[in-house]
Amino acid sequence: MSDERSIRQLAGDLAAKKLSAVELTDHFLKRIAAHDERLNTLISHSESTARERAAAIDAGTDAGTPLAGVPIAHKDIFCTRGVRTSCGSRMLDNFVAPYDATVVERLAAAGTVSLGKTNMDEFAMGSSNETSFYGAVRNPWHTDYVPGGSSGGSAAAVAAGLVPAATGSDTGGSIRQPAAFCGVTGIKPTYGRVSRYGMIAFASSLDQGGCFARSAEDCAAVLQAMAGFDERDSTSVERAVPDYSAALDAQGDDFLKGMKVGLPKEYFAEGLDDASRQVINAAIAEFEARGAEIVEITLPHTDLAVSTYYVLAPAEASSNLARFDGVRYGYRCDNPVDLEDLYTRSRGEGFGREVQRRIMVGAYVLSAGYYDAYYLKAQKTRRLIARDFSDAFDKVDLIAAPVTQAPAFKLGEKLDDPVSMYLNDVYTLPASLAGLPGMSVPAGFVDGLPVGLQLLAPWFEESRLLGAAHAYQQSTDWHSKRPAGFE
Amino acid sequence: MAWETVIGLEVHIQLATQSKIFSTAPTAYGAEPNTQASAVDIALPGVLPVINGQVIRMATLFGLAIDADIAPKSVFARKHYFYPDLPKGYQISQFELPIVADGHLDIVLPDGTEKRVGITRAHLEEDAGKSLHEAFDRDTGIDLNRAGTPLVECVSEPDMRSAAEAVAYARKLHALVQYLGICDGNMQEGSFRVDANVSVRPGGSTEFGTRTETKNVNSFRFLEKAIEFEVERQIDVLESGGTIVQETRLYDPDADETRSMRSKEEAHDYRYFPDPDLLPVVIDEEFVAAARADLPELPDAKRERFMAEYALGREDAAALTNSRALANYFEATVAAVGGDAATHGKPAANWIMGDLSGALNREGLTIAQSPVSAEQLGGLIARVADNTISGKIGKDVFEALFKGEGESADAIIEAKGLKQITDSGEIEGFVDQVIADNPDQVEQYREGKTKVIGFLVGQVMKASKGKANPKEVNQMMAAKLAE
Repeated sequence: MSDERSIRQLAGDLAAKKLSAVELTDHFLKRIAAHDERLNTLISHSESTARERAAAIDAGTDAGTPLAGVPIAHKDIFCTRGVRTSCGSRMLDNFVAPYDATVVERLAAAGTVSLGKTNMDEFAMGSSNETSFYGAVRNPWHTDYVPGGSSGGSAAAVAAGLVPAATGSDTGGSIRQPAAFCGVTGIKPTYGRVSRYGMIAFASSLDQGGCFARSAEDCAAVLQAMAGFDERDSTSVERAVPDYSAALDAQGDDFLKGMKVGLPKEYFAEGLDDASRQVINAAIAEFEARGAEIVEITLPHTDLAVSTYYVLAPAEASSNLARFDGVRYGYRCDNPVDLEDLYTRSRGEGFGREVQRRIMVGAYVLSAGYYDAYYLKAQKTRRLIARDFSDAFDKVDLIAAPVTQAPAFKLGEKLDDPVSMYLNDVYTLPASLAGLPGMSVPAGFVDGLPVGLQLLAPWFEESRLLGAAHAYQQSTDWHSKRPAGFE
Repeated sequence: MAWETVIGLEVHIQLATQSKIFSTAPTAYGAEPNTQASAVDIALPGVLPVINGQVIRMATLFGLAIDADIAPKSVFARKHYFYPDLPKGYQISQFELPIVADGHLDIVLPDGTEKRVGITRAHLEEDAGKSLHEAFDRDTGIDLNRAGTPLVECVSEPDMRSAAEAVAYARKLHALVQYLGICDGNMQEGSFRVDANVSVRPGGSTEFGTRTETKNVNSFRFLEKAIEFEVERQIDVLESGGTIVQETRLYDPDADETRSMRSKEEAHDYRYFPDPDLLPVVIDEEFVAAARADLPELPDAKRERFMAEYALGREDAAALTNSRALANYFEATVAAVGGDAATHGKPAANWIMGDLSGALNREGLTIAQSPVSAEQLGGLIARVADNTISGKIGKDVFEALFKGEGESADAIIEAKGLKQITDSGEIEGFVDQVIADNPDQVEQYREGKTKVIGFLVGQVMKASKGKANPKEVNQMMAAKLAE
């Protein structure tokens, strides 16, 4: 099966004409046709344009580009010219973007072929992919279970082998958590590493684009094409991007030898499910076996992360989503009687419940009289959380921890309990608040559901993250397991 | 009771940049609706603002010119409200940390005394679009060309005590921003918009009364009238036992009155917070020093120099330095005359503020559009100064230049034969003829009615078609009559 090959192998075979881009594209389009009705990972399909693009690549248009002919899918949060960009919302169900996000533009320039746009929680607000206007995504490992969110469609599509790689975005864990739930490798780079231009904003100070693939090696190849300064995003950082794949090749088998890996005790305290703990401990033992020095560390302000995040993210969201007013594009209610009615009904009907809840919370914490007590206080606790990490990285090279307290939960199980849903992100939020790069790496299973190991590195040390994950994946095969029915 | 008026002004100064504050779309006025609105300006999903560096430079120049503090770090904030011509649902502005704070402007009051008006702050922000209600039946059109146009909002202290003071301050600010080249000053197109915060209080009181904010004042004359109306209205309300409501009012120039627009109860909670899409604006000393080096000579300094260099009175110097264009024209004119600047300054000032200003006003032209160049006017002044023509003939030559009848004063003098007659033989001929033709007046003169000499000189001037040198004619006539 062609999809057993790594992305670098695919790209190599395509360049060597051992494989045609049309052939490869068709292979994945067939898999999508066979499986996606059940999984619902894609909101929009680009079959005909994908075939045209693949044919053009076979004719030589993208010769010399690093990923010429490699299929990919984009989370529907990234604007794609001429293709509906819904952000999982009724509000943008009719919105066809007139421009490409920087990430989309760069991946196209690297030669990838986009097969479609992946399902997601509405405006990336959710941890189960159940808030999507287009319906929930099913977890390929067990279709009664959620794939995680908000980038659930991307994670599930990669897990089911519908596409070799997919883009995602992570605001509070939206790449790492679904990667863990779906048993794929996902990376959220340092805030500022990947341009946010064209990625529909949820919480601007936290949002960061990243990707999913089978392995760290594949993630390295895709991230390479995405990363780098963009003058259209003032928060992107002007800093050279290392050659990630070359770094992996150069490091050899003893990358982990002598590396100090910190285990934050707060991430292993009460709340972590026992079976998951065993999986994580086994993964850490493997790190130790490969020469890593394991030390316990403390991140004392971890318990502030959930409340900090659920003040700051809704505050920014309430502002970012103000532009969806029914005036210029997107959903507009029928027959508005006046301006007030146009706003109220367009937003009331266009946004789902979770989005409305967060807009309300956000508007509240920014309002006169509450700003200091909530928004300003949360900015201060955010700095404390970030300082925990910079202190920790004075002592260790890498942090290892669980991604979630437990594996995927059942569809519908937490939908009516927002607080329990929010607590799902307790291990992923701190790194988001600190802007750190993080990964989720497949580390084993509990009752047939995947468990992810979270790795965190200092700011802009994506190479170290990828290197550690790659070394781990050299002696484990969790990342190459396939869910039954999707082999 | 004697009432004291208290006025503070908020002025929106549109910066004269090529492109918008956060996008690359052009800022030119008057284009077809929505043709100068980019993806960023219409707030498509996913777009991000990027600060235009020119805007920072211009705000810094402005801050230096009003002797203010330039913030080493200023922060853009989002100001939220829903309106169809505000595409993002928020305006990017500055709130807690403005780029410019604590400046002042010295104004000259109508009685000639100087007064210092404090400037609390000046911050950067983007303009909104426009709602067009007229062209559409029952619907409203939205034009987003103006959305994202850079503005400096300059907020004064409540230091002004009359409409005249407010106008003097506004005019001074208006002149200053044009001097700096950061604003075109066009009030009709909205490049310089003044809102007046007005309150009244009993004379001697130290507490402020409740204020109103009057908007939509698009000329200095309307500013004066709007404030005067508002002061009178507030006094009327208070004297009849009422209270002033804190509110925003609109000035209606047709009715010459202000009308309530919205009260404080309807005021928005703007939910300001720092814009996470933009980094803080960091300005170092080097940047400030470079801006300071770029500062042009400012109106007050120029006025002092004009008084010293061109031997002008304070009033003339102030009038000439009111606009940079006028001051430049004046200096170019004196240079074209040649010779001593102190000698030619006053005549040049008289020509510019007299004949030239009159002619320009008559034709509705600005100094920049003057049909008479500074070189041409300087050439004309030189010919009057060296007695080639009289001042009176000079006015004719000026009119000819204004109508474009010749390349230079010299060319017109030559073509029309206006050169003054200074040859005493020729003048003597005219004088003898007039004496011969007017025996009665000569008789009267000799009987002691010496004033009649004016008539006789006039006859000589008439006979010479104004070209005889009047001084010489006077002397010769007096001498001949005394014979």
